[in-house]
Amino acid sequence: MPGASVFPQLEALLPFVTKPIQYVGGELNSTIKDWDTCDVRWALMYPDAYEVGLPNQGSMILYEVLNEQEGILAERTYAVWPDLEKLMRKNHVPQFTVDAHRAVGDFDLLGLSFSTELGYTNMLTALDLAGIPMHAIDRGIDDPIVVAGGHAAFNPEPISRFVDAAVLGDGEEAVLMISAIVRQWKSEGRPGGREEVLLRLAETGSVYIPAFYDVDYHDDGRIRRVTANQTRAPWRVSKHTVMNLDEWPFPKKPLVPLAETVHERMSVEIFRGCTRGCRFCQAGMITRPVRERSITGIGDMVKAGLEATGYEEVGLLSLSSADHSEIAEVAKDLADRYEGTQTGLSLPSTRVDAFNVDLANELTRNGRRSGLTFAPEGGSERIRKVINKMVTEEDLIRTVTTAYANGWRQVKLYFMCGLPTETDEDVLQIAEVAKRVIEAGREASGMKDIRCTVSIGGFVPKPHTPFQWAAQLDHEATDARLHKLRDAIRADRRYGKSIGFRYHDGKPGIIEGLLSRGDRRVGAVIEQVWRQGARFDGWSEHFSYQAWADAAHEALSDVPVDLNWYTIRERGEDEVLPWDHLDSGLDKEWLWQDWQESISGAEVEDCRWTPCYDCGVCDQMGTSIQIGPTGQRLLPVTVVDPTPVLATEASS
Amino acid sequence: MARRPEGPPPPPTVQKVRIHYTKRGRLRFSSHRDFQRAFERAIRRGNIPVAFSAGFNPHPKVSYANAAPTGVASEAEYVEIGLAMRCDVKQLAAVLDESLPTGFDVLEVVEAKEGSLADRLEASAWLIEFPGSDPAAVDAAVAAFLAADEVQVQRMTKNGMRHFDARSAVVTLGPVLAGSPDWQVAERAVGAIPAGCAILKAVVRHTTPAVRPDDVIYGLREISGLTPSNPPRVTRLAQGPLDTQTAVIADPLDRDRDVITSTS
Repeated sequence: MPGASVFPQLEALLPFVTKPIQYVGGELNSTIKDWDTCDVRWALMYPDAYEVGLPNQGSMILYEVLNEQEGILAERTYAVWPDLEKLMRKNHVPQFTVDAHRAVGDFDLLGLSFSTELGYTNMLTALDLAGIPMHAIDRGIDDPIVVAGGHAAFNPEPISRFVDAAVLGDGEEAVLMISAIVRQWKSEGRPGGREEVLLRLAETGSVYIPAFYDVDYHDDGRIRRVTANQTRAPWRVSKHTVMNLDEWPFPKKPLVPLAETVHERMSVEIFRGCTRGCRFCQAGMITRPVRERSITGIGDMVKAGLEATGYEEVGLLSLSSADHSEIAEVAKDLADRYEGTQTGLSLPSTRVDAFNVDLANELTRNGRRSGLTFAPEGGSERIRKVINKMVTEEDLIRTVTTAYANGWRQVKLYFMCGLPTETDEDVLQIAEVAKRVIEAGREASGMKDIRCTVSIGGFVPKPHTPFQWAAQLDHEATDARLHKLRDAIRADRRYGKSIGFRYHDGKPGIIEGLLSRGDRRVGAVIEQVWRQGARFDGWSEHFSYQAWADAAHEALSDVPVDLNWYTIRERGEDEVLPWDHLDSGLDKEWLWQDWQESISGAEVEDCRWTPCYDCGVCDQMGTSIQIGPTGQRLLPVTVVDPTPVLATEASS
Repeated sequence: MARRPEGPPPPPTVQKVRIHYTKRGRLRFSSHRDFQRAFERAIRRGNIPVAFSAGFNPHPKVSYANAAPTGVASEAEYVEIGLAMRCDVKQLAAVLDESLPTGFDVLEVVEAKEGSLADRLEASAWLIEFPGSDPAAVDAAVAAFLAADEVQVQRMTKNGMRHFDARSAVVTLGPVLAGSPDWQVAERAVGAIPAGCAILKAVVRHTTPAVRPDDVIYGLREISGLTPSNPPRVTRLAQGPLDTQTAVIADPLDRDRDVITSTS
């Protein structure tokens, strides 16, 4: 019977797998709704292991938004580890949701959230285990509609043969719109079959149905054009933008797992979007404009979330949290409110130029003082101008000096390698920066036992950014540069021992590059490598570069393009890019101009504080910047009473 | 100069309480660490005035004792916490039970008397289900196990494969009848026990290295070739002080309750 629990069959397998608790559900604040009284049923998948997928904010938000609606249910499913996959195949247990352990194939829709392209093979495992035909074209009327979302969905072409639909941008309103269309179609008795419901989705102008578009190629392999093959499908598909975050205070009751996950904290998104204009940053480009949650909205979410979860740490999330117009007030008022309760606040990372010690002190007042993290991204002044990360070395030294003088002992610095126009000298400058940091830190703190950790990985050019045309640095050159940097740090006798060095080698970045800027032909590579056993490509112990390179070689043998063509090749201005028919709002001419300016090192200011420079988003999408200050403050809350009601007498 | 945490030290422990809880249903698949996280969050959600240790990383004063292995259900788990304010134990039990996920059910909270709780946990009683196994074969395996002086078993540990004797720690091993009190206790933990399933109860002393129920199952297989078609499901029925004459396990909180009744 559709919607029946497969838990009894699953339970018999759990004694044989690692960390079985991740498969049993029952998380605090999870929801199980009645199957028969709902007419739109979503399975939501974060295509990675439970420990990574559960804390994902996007999935948690959509789960709650959907389950709040009458007649709609949403359950969660995650990638199962290979040990369980093997047992499920042997015992014919289908891909299941962790909420009511229903077969994923029984749902109306399967929504997948791709934060990274390296989850694509896990999607194929799930489709296969679910008994859903792998290719959209082979699916029947009773198969779920497979919808991709998340940042990677801004170029869904590599997975276009596997998904029925892709949604760009914010999901809150989009999932409700899709639900309404599916409900209407079902209530009419599903007229016109699967194609009709997909056409109705396409007609909205904001759901991309890859099957309704044809791609033609030039003889040299470049795309000639992309055209709609259905009159009801628009020539270009727009992203969704949620305005007024205060109206969307999700998640209200964050899920609290029993199993250990990568983020043991609750998070509140304090704003969405970023206009700092860092040219490498896809997130900053595709989530424009900046929309702040108000200080009171943040306060309400923190209060409700802590009460609902019991977490000891609150992450104030966004792409650059110290840029919130009232971050100082938010941090101070929350620290006042939770004084004496061991409740820590954290920002994911801080811009060097937005850091100040008062803010840092408020963040750690009730919690633990761990390290500080900054992301200068580029080692030399010149390369930081290229990427538009407008931070000077003097800013950085001044900031870390303040931090060390105020008792911090550990500073982490994030960098990238392989940025456009980069030379060995730009990367080696990172060693000089780190040495100056230690030198300044020792002087400011009067101590020798301070540390600085340099963390660096390869740059991957992303769609919808000024660097979408750039050549990616090949993995040999990336690794050679990283080794030179490592040697330069180690060779330093005065400071080397105080500098930690962590790097990610260049090979996974090349495959991420293939999947990020790939077109429909890359789908064959994904399918091939999956058939040869690729799973969990975001995990170094599972990732195999050789398997991907071999699969690319075989699957692309009859087309005039290869792995290098997709990755280390620079694109020209006139080239049709695989995602040109997907509209992030950014004007392609503006992106090109910004790309040209980056090469000459010209900087762009943030449009929150300076006049609009016409990136195109607000005009195209009918949106506008929403920032404070509101001038409001948080009141102390009475629920965090130092004397709990159940105490029989006050402590002496 | 050594660094010192800023501010006054946290308030001291004024009351120690011992908590009897369960690990039921799907939560039998939780590990000990999973329970720890759930428990410490439940303390915060319930706004329970737990005492904290001093130092740079204050942590709540919680002592965990002898948790059942991952995959094993339990009606007899215990934990002790220190409180910075005195609390009513009945209210505390209600608030904690409400704050913990269903399956981690709080059965009782008592104020601690002197003596270590861990020291009182001398032995455990385990109920082991053998679904789909021939009861005669199970009986024969038990007879062979009990007749042996020593049953060597092996288990993979963090430090590699360990070999040890599983026989000497086993005080009693015998069948459990459907509908008996032990059977009823186990059904509270795991739900319905399938009809026609051979069921054993093992009373096992806590030793080093620990002999766990899966070691007993392994031993039964080693000595008689008993190989269940499905993995046996295990429930801890009780743990506490062992009467070596009768092989009865007493309630480890009895001694704490005595103090309360004699002083009130």
